[in-house]
Amino acid sequence: MRPASVLALTGVATVSLSLLSACGGDDGKDAGKGNGDAVAITATDSTCEVAKKDLKAGKTTFQITNKGSKVNEFEVTKPDGKVLSERENIGPGTTVDFVVNLQAGTYKLLCSPGQTGKGPTQDVTVTGAAAGAGDPRLTKAAEDYKAYVVANVDDTIAKTRRFAAAVKAGDVAKAKSLYAPSRVGWETIEPVAEKFGDLDPKMDAREADLKPEEKKDWSGWHLLEKALWVDGSVKGKEKYADQLIKDLEDLKSRLPGLAIDPVNDMAAGANELLTEVATGKVTGEEEAFSHTDLVDFKANVDGAKKIYDLLKPVVQEKDAQLAQDLDKQFANVEELLGKYAEGDGYVSYDKVGKADRKKLADAVNALGEPLSKLAGVIGK
Amino acid sequence: MTEADRNTGESAAQGRAPLSRRRMLGFSGASLLVGAAAGAGLDRVAAAEENRAPGADAIAFHGPHQAGIATPVQDRLHFATFDVITDDRARLVRLLKEWTAAAAAMTQGRPVGAGAVGGPAVAPPDDTGEALGLPPSRLTLTIGFGPTLFDKDGKDRFGLKARRPAALADLPHFPGDNLDPDRSGGDIAVQACADDPQVAVHAIRNLARLGFGVVAVRWSQLGFGKTSSTTPDAQTPRNLFGFKDGTENISGGDAAALDEHVWAGKGDGADWMAGGSYLVARRIRMHIETWDRTPLREQQDVFGRDKREGAPAGKAKERDKPDLSKMKPDAHVRLAHPDSNGGSRILRRGYSFTDGTDGLGRLEAGLFFIAFQRDPRTGFIRVQRNLATDAMNEYVQHVGSGVFACPPGVREGGYWGETLFA
Repeated sequence: MRPASVLALTGVATVSLSLLSACGGDDGKDAGKGNGDAVAITATDSTCEVAKKDLKAGKTTFQITNKGSKVNEFEVTKPDGKVLSERENIGPGTTVDFVVNLQAGTYKLLCSPGQTGKGPTQDVTVTGAAAGAGDPRLTKAAEDYKAYVVANVDDTIAKTRRFAAAVKAGDVAKAKSLYAPSRVGWETIEPVAEKFGDLDPKMDAREADLKPEEKKDWSGWHLLEKALWVDGSVKGKEKYADQLIKDLEDLKSRLPGLAIDPVNDMAAGANELLTEVATGKVTGEEEAFSHTDLVDFKANVDGAKKIYDLLKPVVQEKDAQLAQDLDKQFANVEELLGKYAEGDGYVSYDKVGKADRKKLADAVNALGEPLSKLAGVIGK
Repeated sequence: MTEADRNTGESAAQGRAPLSRRRMLGFSGASLLVGAAAGAGLDRVAAAEENRAPGADAIAFHGPHQAGIATPVQDRLHFATFDVITDDRARLVRLLKEWTAAAAAMTQGRPVGAGAVGGPAVAPPDDTGEALGLPPSRLTLTIGFGPTLFDKDGKDRFGLKARRPAALADLPHFPGDNLDPDRSGGDIAVQACADDPQVAVHAIRNLARLGFGVVAVRWSQLGFGKTSSTTPDAQTPRNLFGFKDGTENISGGDAAALDEHVWAGKGDGADWMAGGSYLVARRIRMHIETWDRTPLREQQDVFGRDKREGAPAGKAKERDKPDLSKMKPDAHVRLAHPDSNGGSRILRRGYSFTDGTDGLGRLEAGLFFIAFQRDPRTGFIRVQRNLATDAMNEYVQHVGSGVFACPPGVREGGYWGETLFA
């Protein structure tokens, strides 16, 4: 996982989010133009009034007026309880337009005076089918991807069980050999796993990303990694092995309710996977003790490639040049990675020198840049 | 990234022409104010100023020569070189065309592509955005092609080997050189000069981004203070030794001198370079600390100038004609002067740099020397050979190097390097 996920738990991430909101162009464009279809939201320091509670699926503009004295925040929460979208920094006395793409279902709207994440809510019901959601190829791609997610979670659970058994048996050598494989399924679908914000840090937090007060609660793979490679002993760490399995089972139990969106989950997820590679793996920060970064690297790339393959027919139709570039750059990264294959896995990353790391980083940038365009093209 | 982060809704209005930085002038403060009011206001006022004429501080991109050579020297530099990491010539040409469009936009104060804001919320913006609200700042972008683009370890990757100009000679080893390969060479160089460092960095960053998969940044250098002037009326700026150097620079307005010493001509050996120029870059580390312990008289003897005025030895004013015989035989000005080099002149455009400290508590500082000339063999190479006995060598070390053929300027509808690749 990335530091941002840890930070998000502590609320620090709201700073960057608010900057994005201010510059995002997601509002203000229609300000003053009048907006007949907009759903008016009136927020005060204690209330959150919505003008209309039955909405049609598709692009919906919420026009939020803050009549309170505190800076307000507006959130749209999906039927599955996760935040679909949010607009921060709505100053007292101001009105903003905020556009959200809604599918059918029941949503909770939250106004949060003081931006605490808490506040009065309203339920709205969305009916009908959203325009653009009709492409059967995308619907199929999302279904196939969900099956892929489930298969990879199953894979990571099975392998983590074996890893956990070795940890509990105190067999350091065996646990070390099972560590990296146990993470492959997880790394392949990491952006989906990160959607469950409470589970990800418990399983995948890196020590270097923790705040001092968080250290006592550290758990997960990287805690065991450190024990294995630095301490050379997992004595007393048995409970963390159990916890890891429990958290993975928890993740699996939540998958049936998971909605996969081709743009926001798949295409954006592929981009995030490459971001993971670029910031965590190429630098050798992810597996600081075991140096098994290239195993994660490959898993992230495989996960992104799977998404691209599923979306490829649509990409080819909408932007043939992008498809051509992505084919080439995926092949390039895979070829380069192949040079570091060793046994069932990859060479230890501390054996990969500066010049080779530069080549890997160049290849990741070369793939990451066109991949970042995927969501925009699919969402067209 | 949280899910909310990624799905902040889509833009309500699309298809509007991207805002030019110029049109957003005056909003550099407002755009930093987080809040809906700032966001909405920005857009409205910007739209009202849509028809504003290009700023006075925009330098024309198109023309017979590339800008950034004879152009009056800007305050800041970001210089970058790139390795081409594909063997696909067509892909490289595609990038040069994309770069040209981006450079033409950025130099006029406009963002790259569809801009930094207002696009689909699910896609990253074309432009990285940090120059929004900033004026063009006299940004110039100047491209050059290194020897390795034509011939890399004997390999002719792009079918250009036969077109390599003789003037694009590999620089020889000069006495005292301690070149770091990681700060030397490169297949392509881009010099970004602007009066605002953020504008220069934005330009290189966006070109690097467009280039991923085709080129990879090899090294780059920031420069913060110009050390030479191409405008004779202006004071020659001081370098980090505290001296004025390069007083007798070629003036950007002296067409005859530019034609004779800076612009490559038809018949010089490579017709595709006619109207272009050759760039030599040298990262020159200055031993600041020992220099600062050197007595004033010795410092002045090393340069052959006085420190206060910059006057040549025995003269009163900076621009008084130097009498070389009055200087020590190893004085820098004496050895670098055209009269000591068969009349050879180069156009200097160097910048001071300070990249923090070197781990030994010393400033990692110096001069990022840039010179343009018609032929480096009679320009930089000749002069630098003559500087082998320069008294200044005790205080400097050349640690990075590059030589690049900068093609002529881009015509409307053309692209960087068109004369080479056509």
